[in-house]
Amino acid sequence: MHDIILEKKVMAKNDEVAARNRELLRGARIFSINLVSGPGAGKTSIIEKSTPYLKAAIGPIAVIEGDLETDLDAKRLSKCDIPVKQITTGKTCHLDALMIEKALPWVLEQKAARLLIIENVGNMVCPAEYDLGEEMLVTVLSTAEGDDKPLKYPAIFSKADVLIINKADLTAHTDFNIDSARANALKINPGLKVFETSCYTGAGIEEWTGFLSSVAINYSTTKSGV
Amino acid sequence: MHELSIAKNIFELIDAEMIKCGAKELKSLKVRIGELTAVDPEALRFAFDSCILNTHMQGAAIIIEEVALTGWCAECAREFAIIDYSNICPHCNCTSIERLTGTELDIISMEVF
Repeated sequence: MHDIILEKKVMAKNDEVAARNRELLRGARIFSINLVSGPGAGKTSIIEKSTPYLKAAIGPIAVIEGDLETDLDAKRLSKCDIPVKQITTGKTCHLDALMIEKALPWVLEQKAARLLIIENVGNMVCPAEYDLGEEMLVTVLSTAEGDDKPLKYPAIFSKADVLIINKADLTAHTDFNIDSARANALKINPGLKVFETSCYTGAGIEEWTGFLSSVAINYSTTKSGV
Repeated sequence: MHELSIAKNIFELIDAEMIKCGAKELKSLKVRIGELTAVDPEALRFAFDSCILNTHMQGAAIIIEEVALTGWCAECAREFAIIDYSNICPHCNCTSIERLTGTELDIISMEVF
């Protein structure tokens, strides 16, 4: 019998593919974001509300839509006049880098796309372990949930670059305390950039898209030709 | 329940390593799971046991080493245990924290015949 030291990363294969995805997107000067949240926090609505601003500021957008079943969200987004590629994961509760790799030829076919939005499967646990090759991880939390969620699901908040607190217009009707949610998230990840939005009133969408646009534009000018 | 996908990753990695060293049977493997990963050790154990049923790894034990979060403060240059995932230095209250341990998801070793 032998005891063999391996010291290998369990996620090595995913991470290698994610690195390739990142290189490919960088080479094509496409900025990419990975949008994650629990089910029903409003990821699709945020995309719907954000795209007019993002298209005007950054240029053409492509969306990869991840769902367990159905292409309902893809159909919804198609109405926004943006190309959408649906990935139906079946029983898998997250997108992984290999699924994105398969969809990248489609992304590159989209004329002059400058921004790729990947909407992950609604789940706050599993997507945290899977780097897709994105440049920015955006976690969405809605006021219809608990303001202690960052403490309950620390992995997804600790890795995020941006936190969007959505459905801000509902706070009058819930026990959700935006200041507590913000403080809980910042305790885990002091570098988080936090936005409050309402897809119902449109509040905060300009601030969030303004931030994303400035980062994406800066990226495409500094990373061009990589 | 992404532990099943992770268990499959582990299965594939171990399978490749067993082929590499000509091993026929797996007695045990050791993995390291950090506190901040989104992996539940018991769910992973259950998923791995399901993955190895009726394979050459059947009966192998998965030994899980859980690693607590620790950090290092760049301001006061001290190491400390991170409590409740807080990325704020308990000594000087600054946020220039580097996580030292607690984010691992590694296969440490395997015992084979």
